[in-house]
Amino acid sequence: MSAVIIDKLTVELDRVQVLRAVNAAVPEGGWLALIGPNGAGKTTLLRAVAGLLPYGGTTHLNQTDLGTLRGRARARLIAYVPQIPVLPPDMTVEEYVLLGRTPHLGYLSAPNRDDRQKAAEASERLDVTRFAGRRLGSLSGGERQRVRLARALAQEPRVLLLDEPTNDLDIGHQQQVLELVDDLRRSRGVTVVCTLHDLTQASQYAGHLVLLFEGRVEAAGTPAAVLTEDLIARVYAARVTVSTDPGGHPVVTPVREKSSPTQ
Amino acid sequence: MIRSRGRRLPAARAYGVAAAFLVAATLISALVGAADLNPIATLAALLDKIPFVHLPSSLSPLDRAVLFDIRLPRIVLGALVGGLLSVAGAGYQGVFRNPLVDSGMLGASAGAGLGATLAIVYLSQLGTAAVPVAAFVGSLAGVMIAYLSGAVGGSGTATLLLAGVAVGLFLTAVQTYIMQRSAQDLQQIYFWLLGSLSGATWQQAAEILPYAVVSVTIVLLHGRQLDVLSVGDEEARALGVYPARVRLIVIAACALAAASAVAVSGLIGFVGIVVPHVVRRLAGPSYRLVLPLSLLAGAGFLVLADTLARTVVSPAELPIGVVTALVGSPVFVWILRSTAAVRT
Repeated sequence: MSAVIIDKLTVELDRVQVLRAVNAAVPEGGWLALIGPNGAGKTTLLRAVAGLLPYGGTTHLNQTDLGTLRGRARARLIAYVPQIPVLPPDMTVEEYVLLGRTPHLGYLSAPNRDDRQKAAEASERLDVTRFAGRRLGSLSGGERQRVRLARALAQEPRVLLLDEPTNDLDIGHQQQVLELVDDLRRSRGVTVVCTLHDLTQASQYAGHLVLLFEGRVEAAGTPAAVLTEDLIARVYAARVTVSTDPGGHPVVTPVREKSSPTQ
Repeated sequence: MIRSRGRRLPAARAYGVAAAFLVAATLISALVGAADLNPIATLAALLDKIPFVHLPSSLSPLDRAVLFDIRLPRIVLGALVGGLLSVAGAGYQGVFRNPLVDSGMLGASAGAGLGATLAIVYLSQLGTAAVPVAAFVGSLAGVMIAYLSGAVGGSGTATLLLAGVAVGLFLTAVQTYIMQRSAQDLQQIYFWLLGSLSGATWQQAAEILPYAVVSVTIVLLHGRQLDVLSVGDEEARALGVYPARVRLIVIAACALAAASAVAVSGLIGFVGIVVPHVVRRLAGPSYRLVLPLSLLAGAGFLVLADTLARTVVSPAELPIGVVTALVGSPVFVWILRSTAAVRT
């Protein structure tokens, strides 16, 4: 039983077909990583599933056709964290996380105690409570990413769409953020769909990979099935070797053709 | 981070400060002026008007007339106009995510100016009664033209603002042409353009009150929606909000608020930028606080500005638009500089 099913999804932007009949599926509580070179259509696919773009084909969450949901109904099921979210510099962390409750509020109603409680729980979960009163403009990169995830979690979504969640983070904070996402997935049964540039991380965290190339699905399946040296060489025009880490996940290592000594 | 920031006031205290400011401005304005009213007797006469308070006052009948028929209506009208302009300014700033946008932009001031000019030049047989109506209609029409021209190019905020600038320039050009052809009306037109509360009556206040109540209520109710818009259109939509719809409603309500103010006061600039900015510094950026606090603080600010306008060169009066511009321009530059410092 697949939770999120993307069927023959087609997107046209400025009369250019950006996605052509893309199929993808991930079971409930699973993690799907969209990989592929720049311009392959990864972000477009996420935005289409988030309902931010008109598209052909269908997207389903279990039996619900997401294309038929409007506004708040969709936002109660799906949280979307863009690659570079807008963080109003003078807003406090607490106020920002509380924005995640928006889909649960009527048009003119204010957040009540229950909403504040849920936002506080989300903040606690992502360990941002201790700087709840700080301004967003004063946060470090790692803190910002946690605050974004806290807002998404306060939304209580069934599906978490993350565009490059490790963007701009050092390797330690990248792992920390991916572990947090994996925690949420395991503990809350949230389904995760994300884009990732780092193929090794994609293989270590996501159970399902979809490799997009020029708007089409070039390969899909388990990391071991998708991350092959030939495929990566062809799609990315990159030279790599693929080995296996102690956990059995493929590890993609870049290789220089002529190994000249570095100075 | 270059800008150092004080702690935010808690909401309750911020309301207290803003309300105290308005009360203080009202008292100062009631006591200061050409007719020398006895302060204690004036206070007693004012407090006597509060329900269930009965205080004897030694004010003479003439002094009472000065207080209740000249100063108080002017204070009330000034408070209304200041509150309306500040709320409209804050609302526009939320809609456009830009602290430097004012209620006069988007064709509102230019439309009001053209409307008033047309009324003064071509409807002079109707006396001065036509001017506020024409300014009101012109202000709303200006915003509508700007919105429709801007919405054609998509619903982006930059397009809307640019359309507002273009429409404003066009309407001002038409107004200048009319002014240039009717030199005998110039003084009256300039007097109106610079803004004044000198002819304030209770009737004027009563006439704009319904529009003020409706428009301010609508804007205040949208504080949370404007907070959501502050994370950008795309994320607001992902949170289930329709940015274009919120923008249309808030712009319409702000246009109504600004048009009501302009109809009775002429063009008064900078209030809508200065007041919300000071409020943000005190209470933070959430529109759920900025909007109601701007209403209170803006009312107090304009009552004080008007007190200055009618006293500094007494017995003559300064146009209140000149007073707010003299205070407002330096603050505007200060905002520009401090915002630039934060972005770098």
